[in-house]
Amino acid sequence: MFSRTWQRLSSVVLGLFLSPAIMADWELNMPQGVTDISQSIYDLHMLIFWICVWIGVVVFGVMFYSIFAHRKSKGAKASQFHESLGLELLWTALPTAILIAMAVPATTTLIKMYDTTDAQVDIKITGHQWKWQYDYLGEDVGFFSNLTTSQDEIYDRTAKGDNYLLEVDKHVVVPTGQKIRFLITSNDVIHAWWVPEIAVKKDAIPGYINESWALIPEGKEGLYRGQCAELCGVDHGFMPIVLEAVTEDQYQIWLDDQRAAAEAQAAAALGDFSHEQLMVKGAEVYARSCAACHGAEGEGMGSVFPALAGSAIATGDMAEHIDIVLNGKQGTAMQAFAAQLGEVDLAAVITYERNAWGNDAGDTVTPKMIIDAKQ
Amino acid sequence: MTTATAHHDDHGHHGPAKGIMRWVLTTNHKDIGSMYLWFSFTMLFIGGAMALIIRSELFQPGMQLIEPEFFNQMTTMHGLIMVFGVVMPAFVGLANWMVPLMVGAPDMALPRMNNWSFWILPFAFGMLLLTLFTEAGAPNFGWTFYAPLSTTYAPSSVTFFIFGVHMMGISSIMGAINIVVTILNLRAPGMTLMKMPLFVWTWLITAYLLIAVMPVLAGVVTMMLMDIHFGTSFFDAAGGGDPVLFQHVFWFFGHPEVYIMILPAFGIVSQIIPTFARKPLFGYASMVYATSSIAFLSFIVWAHHMFTVGLPLETELFFMYATMLIAIPTGVKVFNWVSTMFRGSMTFETPMLFALAFVVLFTIGGFSGLMLAIAPADFQYHDTYFVVAHFHYVLVPGALFGIIAGVYYWLPKWTGNYYDEKLGKFHFWMSFIGVNVTFFPMHFIGLAGMPRRIPDYALQFADFNAIATVGAFIFGFSQLVLLYVVIKSIRGGEKATDEVWEGAEGLEWTIPSPAPYHTFAEPPHVK
Repeated sequence: MFSRTWQRLSSVVLGLFLSPAIMADWELNMPQGVTDISQSIYDLHMLIFWICVWIGVVVFGVMFYSIFAHRKSKGAKASQFHESLGLELLWTALPTAILIAMAVPATTTLIKMYDTTDAQVDIKITGHQWKWQYDYLGEDVGFFSNLTTSQDEIYDRTAKGDNYLLEVDKHVVVPTGQKIRFLITSNDVIHAWWVPEIAVKKDAIPGYINESWALIPEGKEGLYRGQCAELCGVDHGFMPIVLEAVTEDQYQIWLDDQRAAAEAQAAAALGDFSHEQLMVKGAEVYARSCAACHGAEGEGMGSVFPALAGSAIATGDMAEHIDIVLNGKQGTAMQAFAAQLGEVDLAAVITYERNAWGNDAGDTVTPKMIIDAKQ
Repeated sequence: MTTATAHHDDHGHHGPAKGIMRWVLTTNHKDIGSMYLWFSFTMLFIGGAMALIIRSELFQPGMQLIEPEFFNQMTTMHGLIMVFGVVMPAFVGLANWMVPLMVGAPDMALPRMNNWSFWILPFAFGMLLLTLFTEAGAPNFGWTFYAPLSTTYAPSSVTFFIFGVHMMGISSIMGAINIVVTILNLRAPGMTLMKMPLFVWTWLITAYLLIAVMPVLAGVVTMMLMDIHFGTSFFDAAGGGDPVLFQHVFWFFGHPEVYIMILPAFGIVSQIIPTFARKPLFGYASMVYATSSIAFLSFIVWAHHMFTVGLPLETELFFMYATMLIAIPTGVKVFNWVSTMFRGSMTFETPMLFALAFVVLFTIGGFSGLMLAIAPADFQYHDTYFVVAHFHYVLVPGALFGIIAGVYYWLPKWTGNYYDEKLGKFHFWMSFIGVNVTFFPMHFIGLAGMPRRIPDYALQFADFNAIATVGAFIFGFSQLVLLYVVIKSIRGGEKATDEVWEGAEGLEWTIPSPAPYHTFAEPPHVK
């Protein structure tokens, strides 16, 4: 209840600075979020905020009083006092007491945040330049999650959607009412996985597995969006997170769907595809997984990301082309896509790269060739 | 206090040499101080131009002007230049000019080393800036250069960056040694430690911090060099190394570095407020003790920059408590400044305006620092624009306003002419408005969830980003006014008296204005 009052007061005070038109709460202040922990953090934030405001009011009050009252132009004569042991002790002791009072709730909350025991769902999160990989431990479900905002939106060629830069192809789905443990690591540089509404932010560090947890209460189903919070290279601003909280029943159905879809995909890879089918699909996959670095038209970017249009690999030996896409290139930003994309997608995108933008290899890479190459 | 100034007129052999070689070969603390200050001022415009490029791209969502890769180079170079090229050289420049005058010394204790420590800097920054024109581009991994982004995944220009940092470090260490030796050995008879002006005290403590941590920075970049070129794996997990080790070593340098950039500003403000309040500094001794406490604490709080890296609970708690403690000595300083003003007889010339703005805005930066110290809340604040707002409040209206206040305060002593007070006040108000319009909205977008170091952002952050960009241009272009004021004061203006300011106390105000090329050839006696 106390925190409600604070919250109302804070919007009033903050509102003083700003016109009502832009005074939506979520734009100005930390979100209260949907978990107990996020609420506790919000309360701590507002408590320390109000302590600072009141200290500021007193200190700046005295200062501005002096500025107005004790000015030479008003004939003020300077006193010559310059010491007071009592005052020095007072303004050492008083802040100490306030800080101790502040440290108590902060410590309690921190201890709760560190208690990752007794989780019912374990999700391993791996950061990659520049996408997130999710593995549901013990459930045989795992996938990569990529930004879906188009290059056209980013470069102002079309209107920006509502969730500009905060939308992905596959949501990380979690059940409500269960304690979820996140095991966070990285495959390359340091990233940080952050979803403000559940107050989870943890660095993803190569060689480490960091732990964090969240329990989203039942009734709080919904989409919660976040972003990478640690500078991780050129597309650091383009690897968002979309967390989808669903009921326990829906979660189980979703898990079954994922497993079924994986089987269907594996079966499909054994089927036949025409060159045209692969080109259409390849264009989609390229826009999602490759265009951010190699350019929408295969033109590359600067000296770091080579052009694919007219490149020796994309118009040359097919086996070499498949190898670099599947296994990446050591010492460069080119990643291994073997685990990130299905066989059909891989075949499609390689076929597309060999025959788009004036490239004229003229051949077709089939999913079966990818399966062989993986072995 | 007696005035025992050597009134040398320049009879050739005592005066400065003519032409460019005067500046190349000079061992005079005033010449070297001026060169440091001009160097810093030049870097301010270069680093500022980069900030305006960043803010222009962030004016609205979407990529309009530059590519993400160049954006990252700009944030990195902006940070490195402002920290190592602007704030630190400006403080060393002020120390060069003022410490000998304040302690009654004829020059710095080690004048030839003084020349060398300055002349390293243009080469260090020349090398760093030239990387912008290499094929791989400039460093792009942020001024904190976390491994492995700055090692395994770095552009090839990282090697130039490492050597640049080494040179800056050598320069800083030599500058710091010089200041320590000058203060401890060349004080005028009668000037005991507890009679030294606060600027001298804060610089003495700062110099010890520099000597302690610059070698740590040199160590961490050398480890990077080894990882990149000689096959070691200090920071490479795949080779048994530890990326988190990098952050521990970096911030063991980095946190004292934060205080290196603010303690001398505390000293400047502690000189200015008593002068314009016409009242002695309140709590001189407690100011000295508070500064020492801050310096000590700066060594045991580094991991508060790393609350989200997965430290053990106990470590996290220790660093949270230690960090909160810093609020106590910092509070003592603010309370003392306010008490100095209380029942004084204040006037509001430009140095005083900047000093007052320093007290208010630095304190706001201190408040957000206290909020960031609360570890659970830091999980939400960390790496957002809230942090950007915090450290810009302590560095721009903190460190930079402190430097500018000092420049206005001592400019008549340096040039012999008063600066244009009207223009000075205009410069102050434009800077004050600009700095707040730029950085205050960043608190809001940070709390609302905007990560730092991103070239493009979601739509809900658009309004405040646009406002911040407008503020940045106001602030940036106002600094041209300062340049004009300084040049105008060098070329002429109302002649300054020896005392310059009505309420000014200290040895530097007993010598003529402008300060002669050689001062205190005979040491003054301090009672």
